[in-house]
Amino acid sequence: MDISFVIEKFVLVVIIFAISLVIAMYSTYAERKVAAFLQDRLGPDRAGPFGIFQPLADGLKMLMKEEIVPSESSKLLFMMAPGLAIFTACIGTAVIPWGSDIHIGSRIIPLQVTDINVGVLYIFGVVSLGVYGIMIGGWASNNKYSLLGAIRAASQNISYEIAMGLSIIALLLVTNSMSLKEIVENQHGWHWNVLYQPLGFILFIVCSFAETNRAPFDLPECETELIGGYHTEYSSMKLGFYLFAEYINMFVSSAVMATLYFGGYNYPGMDWVLLHVGPVIGPLIGTVVLFAKIFVFIFFFMWVRWTIPRFRYDQLMDLGWKVLIPLAIANVIITGIVIAIVEKF
Amino acid sequence: MEPLTNKKKVLVQKPLTFAERIYLPAITKGLGITISHFFKKEATIRYPEVQREMSINWRGMHSLKRDEDGRERCTACGLCALSCPAEAITMIAAERKPEEKELYREEKYASVYEINMLRCIFCGLCEEACPKEAIYLDGPIVPSDYLRKDFIYGKDKLVEQPLVK
Repeated sequence: MDISFVIEKFVLVVIIFAISLVIAMYSTYAERKVAAFLQDRLGPDRAGPFGIFQPLADGLKMLMKEEIVPSESSKLLFMMAPGLAIFTACIGTAVIPWGSDIHIGSRIIPLQVTDINVGVLYIFGVVSLGVYGIMIGGWASNNKYSLLGAIRAASQNISYEIAMGLSIIALLLVTNSMSLKEIVENQHGWHWNVLYQPLGFILFIVCSFAETNRAPFDLPECETELIGGYHTEYSSMKLGFYLFAEYINMFVSSAVMATLYFGGYNYPGMDWVLLHVGPVIGPLIGTVVLFAKIFVFIFFFMWVRWTIPRFRYDQLMDLGWKVLIPLAIANVIITGIVIAIVEKF
Repeated sequence: MEPLTNKKKVLVQKPLTFAERIYLPAITKGLGITISHFFKKEATIRYPEVQREMSINWRGMHSLKRDEDGRERCTACGLCALSCPAEAITMIAAERKPEEKELYREEKYASVYEINMLRCIFCGLCEEACPKEAIYLDGPIVPSDYLRKDFIYGKDKLVEQPLVK
């Protein structure tokens, strides 16, 4: 391992980290703007032109707020939980391939921090870890509402992970690989997995709504019943971390969905473009395409949030266990049968 | 029993059909409705820069009027203060000196005229009570401020600007 390899990876990690933080920051702004436009309003427009400095003002406000730690809480866990939430949210970006390899002379620079051969499992594990931040925070607050919110989050995540895992199994049957890089390479051009796995994609997107605790599955933090849920007792930047973690999760889920089902950095006519603009700009155009897809998904997350009312808790569990899991199992079986038939003939 | 109106509606709770149970058709319909609002014109008025047009009988900040020669109309009769249900108006009367003929229309005038804008309910009774047509509530929205004392508006803020010759 030479030093240039380390520098290259380090730079990549820093860039990805910065990008995901900036996107999370501007997701808060986008959320408010999208909400406003969907409700015939304007949204924040005071801080800077079109209000683009609003996230900075919000961040500053969060930092300046008084930090309150409940006297009866478990101090260490209370401090640790928001950090854990944001940490698990951030590390998910490590295995996502952000673009095809850049060729500079004889040197090949992959736009992916690490291509582990069980990338899908890694993502799955990291996303599930996210619930620990919520669970620990809710428990350490020593507040019944927080605890209820945390328990809701935990049970919801566990329920929806099953359906999510099953929809990924069907995807793996199609792609024959667990490495995200290979999955993306297999979707060259417009052979996107969503065309082969439409039901799987719908299941996956519903489950990722539940995993990121977004509306209509935002029961862990419903204001009306639980006064904010697991982050009721949090203030200042610790609350900011939780809110931030939610947006980073949204970004990571959007990236995963774009990678698994919508071809990642592939787009129709990419070979022609690659041939004409060279091996450095070409992959970067792919990256731009990937980010465009991610933004579409983030917009979709917001669009859904301002359309659908929150599910009742029993409806949530019914949907998870009685609808999504049977559908996911059926999807796996049908996919398996079709693949067996196709291979036979 | 015969229903009194024909508004009675019998609710039937049918079990959900399959399409209703998977929610997706209803969700797509809802998404269609919300996205149509995305392209509609927003109803917001950016307040301090753009102001909504008020109705013709809008009552805003008071102004003490001058007559056609630019003299103050108010004679400090006190009827406005008397009529004020919120007791927001106070005044001190004074006698006009001969050299002040250009300033005040009649021999008596208000040397101090104060309206407490926090007490005022903008009912317009002072306007109706005034026999000299000296006070009208035809101004803008009373601006906000930080201190209570700054809401007591004296003659410097209430009296109309003198006519420009």
